[in-house]
Amino acid sequence: MKYYDKLIFELSKDGRCGYSLPDAGWTQTTSSIPDGLKRTSDPGLPQVSEPEVVRHYTNLSQMNFGVDTGFYPLGSCTMKYNPKINEDIAGMSGFKGIHPLQPRSTVPGVMKLYNDLSSALSAITGMAGFTLNPFAGAHGELTGLMIMRRYHICRGDDARTKIIVPDSAHGTNPASAAVCGLEVVQVKSLPDGTIDVDHLKTLLDSSVAGIMMTNPNTLGLFETRIEEIAELVHGCGGLLYYDGANMNPLLGTVRPGDMGFDIIHLNLHKTFSTPHGGGGPGAGPVGVAAHLLPYLPLPRIDGQTPEENAGRISGFMGNFSVLMKAYAYILMLGKQNIRMAGPLATLNANYIKESLKDCYRLPIQSVCKHEFVFDGLADQSTGVTTLDVAKRLLDYGFHAPTVYFPLLFHQSIMIEPTETESKETLDAFIDVMRKIAHEASVKSDTVKSAPHNTPVRRPDETEAARHPVLKYQDMVAPSAS
Amino acid sequence: MAFAYFPHTPDDIRQMLQRTGVSSLEDLYADVPEKFIYRKEYDLPDAMTEMEVRRYFEDLDKSNTKLTVFCGAGAYDHYTPSAVEYIVSRSEFLTAYTPYQAEISQGTLRYIFEFQSMVCGLTGMDCANASMYDGPTSAAEAMLMCVASVKKRKRVLVSSSLLPNVLDVVRTYAGYHGLQLDTVCVKDGETSLEDLVEKLSGGDVAGVLVPGINRYGIIEDLSGYADAVHAAGALLAVYSDPSSLAVLKTPGEWGADIACGDAQTLGIPLSFGGPYAGFLACRKDLMRKLPGRIVGATTDADGKRSFVLTLQAREQHIRREKATSNICSNQSLMALFVTVYLSLMGPDGLRKVNDLSYGGAHYLHDRLLATGKFTDAFDKPFLKEFVMKTSLDIPALQQALMDAGFFAALQTEEGYVSFCVTERRTREEIDALVDVINLMR
Repeated sequence: MKYYDKLIFELSKDGRCGYSLPDAGWTQTTSSIPDGLKRTSDPGLPQVSEPEVVRHYTNLSQMNFGVDTGFYPLGSCTMKYNPKINEDIAGMSGFKGIHPLQPRSTVPGVMKLYNDLSSALSAITGMAGFTLNPFAGAHGELTGLMIMRRYHICRGDDARTKIIVPDSAHGTNPASAAVCGLEVVQVKSLPDGTIDVDHLKTLLDSSVAGIMMTNPNTLGLFETRIEEIAELVHGCGGLLYYDGANMNPLLGTVRPGDMGFDIIHLNLHKTFSTPHGGGGPGAGPVGVAAHLLPYLPLPRIDGQTPEENAGRISGFMGNFSVLMKAYAYILMLGKQNIRMAGPLATLNANYIKESLKDCYRLPIQSVCKHEFVFDGLADQSTGVTTLDVAKRLLDYGFHAPTVYFPLLFHQSIMIEPTETESKETLDAFIDVMRKIAHEASVKSDTVKSAPHNTPVRRPDETEAARHPVLKYQDMVAPSAS
Repeated sequence: MAFAYFPHTPDDIRQMLQRTGVSSLEDLYADVPEKFIYRKEYDLPDAMTEMEVRRYFEDLDKSNTKLTVFCGAGAYDHYTPSAVEYIVSRSEFLTAYTPYQAEISQGTLRYIFEFQSMVCGLTGMDCANASMYDGPTSAAEAMLMCVASVKKRKRVLVSSSLLPNVLDVVRTYAGYHGLQLDTVCVKDGETSLEDLVEKLSGGDVAGVLVPGINRYGIIEDLSGYADAVHAAGALLAVYSDPSSLAVLKTPGEWGADIACGDAQTLGIPLSFGGPYAGFLACRKDLMRKLPGRIVGATTDADGKRSFVLTLQAREQHIRREKATSNICSNQSLMALFVTVYLSLMGPDGLRKVNDLSYGGAHYLHDRLLATGKFTDAFDKPFLKEFVMKTSLDIPALQQALMDAGFFAALQTEEGYVSFCVTERRTREEIDALVDVINLMR
């Protein structure tokens, strides 16, 4: 990757333009708008020609690493290959021109997609129905919790305001609960990262709305006591929420609905191959068991507006083109190939784990699912940290794993290869990880000062937070602060 | 049987199982209770080839009626220059994750920084985040931000002149978050300042949300609103169409504390409602309450200008149950979309988009008046969207227009319909639409 240091504003020159618009010959223009309603300041947009714009953003793109560039073993993020047919489908011009308020009778193809995708997700997860409106995983969590609260409220059970969340859960779980007005109660994990069922029992009472879980959990371990957990939570009148962040190993093998989950969100950008786009747009559909169907938010696929609905959580019906991509992937998988998705992801994770456990500390020895966690280098005497290993990987052309999460260990390195990575790729990664472990012993300074071959090296985050420069205007004329 | 996305050969699988010490793929699930292993056939279609998948979607596409759009109501048919889609489809942008590893994500980080700069320029605010899901959720987050910023107040006021879907989403979030939400009534097509002042008088309001352009297309005159809101110790958020801000008074110029809205108007295709991108910006003193991803500039170990995600102490992964927002991503690719669009358009192009929309909308408005079947609902300035009272039967009007290939005349209230014209609509299209109406009785 080559360092390129321009911002689009620095290419601007008065009088240049990158657009071509018609002269329609209208007699009226915005100059007729009363002055009191018009802006007086300059909007500060750049003036750049089209070739300059294209070259600028192409140069920027070349400082970026994507799944198409190389292996992305980012734990809990499921960075699988994004099939190109999906992009072709989403790019079909007919779909782009459809207004979201067009009467459903004029868009039977769109509605068929919503119905087909919702049915397929129900079949895959064992749920009764879905809303495809949530825009992201965290948005799905929030929507799912709204459904949970609405369910209790509609039953006159409105004192249920507590939600149980494992202490090892992703930060979004408690945050979503807080936004939804729920009080978070943490359930402890056992040393192996699974839920402490005895502790759970002490938390269950008539104030509990439900529990949020991933399964497999953050350490990539299957919660083997899930049936007992479901009975306990249901027994006290609560509901089970399934965070679909870790659904990938179950794809084609296990259905959350069969394990007793009442509400689930999926991340189509993880499990169903739609691209992450540098942070979005994703999609976080929410599925429910049959007794919760009336609580799905508006607007609904069935066009109904039952009184129990959880409300409206999106302007329209979600990220439509992302939904198309996910369904294209499901059609390619079909009932046959889906069987192999989870098992191959699981095989890949175990293969890396077993190939590196002599060089990196492996706190939990058992067979994992789609991901696992090392607790730093096996040899801790070198002073080389997890951050150093992560940065050194960048030098060798790999994206870093998720680091310092989960918090159960001090030097967490969380690795998730997906089913779309070949044995050769995994072998190359394993070789590099071993090489870094060796370097840590013989030339630790090289590892500690990594990366060396990237466009920039360890940007100063402390400085960025201490003296925030959040826009170009602040660079040109730093405002007093 | 090989599958295009799974590189494993049977021999690979055998060797890999050997390394892991597990005898079969199935044994990788030995810890899962047998009753939870799904052994039945999945109720899914048979696996398709690419050609079959393409045909499935082509069939869907063919079954939809292609209509020429004369409606807005939160989704606007603006033109997307070709270069935008080409840039956005580059796989280095498309297939990247959130830019946690700054060293190999400078492309994403730089365009987000540019996006934030452009949002600040358009809205007249000091800082902006990396984008939100859509406009309505950005409005809801703006209200949560007010409540988090003004201590011990749990009441918010929202104008009834906001788009219905914005109101609904804000109401949903507020309800679950335990906020009291009241609406400010509309007078002569605009948010009533009188009613606002009255409702602020209790001294218990944390935030107020009003539109720049409202559900009737009217450009609201917000003179005096910020003073009234601030005098009551509350914060003012303005919901804007960012495209219009090339011309119209900015939330900053109105004295707002927070600007929010939907960036769809900046060239993002209609695409049945998504993906779009919301934006959220604020004054400097609220910076540490701004939710979502934020990119800042810094220098690297060699002194080179670099960009990183910053101010993360605000975020959910650190704040956990104390968080006031659960946003942990952005509509990054759509932020890129908007950034490239604005780079191409520049200040003059965006002004021209507004002039063309304004000219076309007023031409249609005047022609509709001339049919004698429509009268003005309000005597207020509008940009590209407007509401008229009609003597026609509305369902019949909509059907006649639809039969002629137009999506137009969305009903706002009994007897009232709205129209919207962007730079994409030609004189011929507008004349043809009016011809249909002239034939109606």
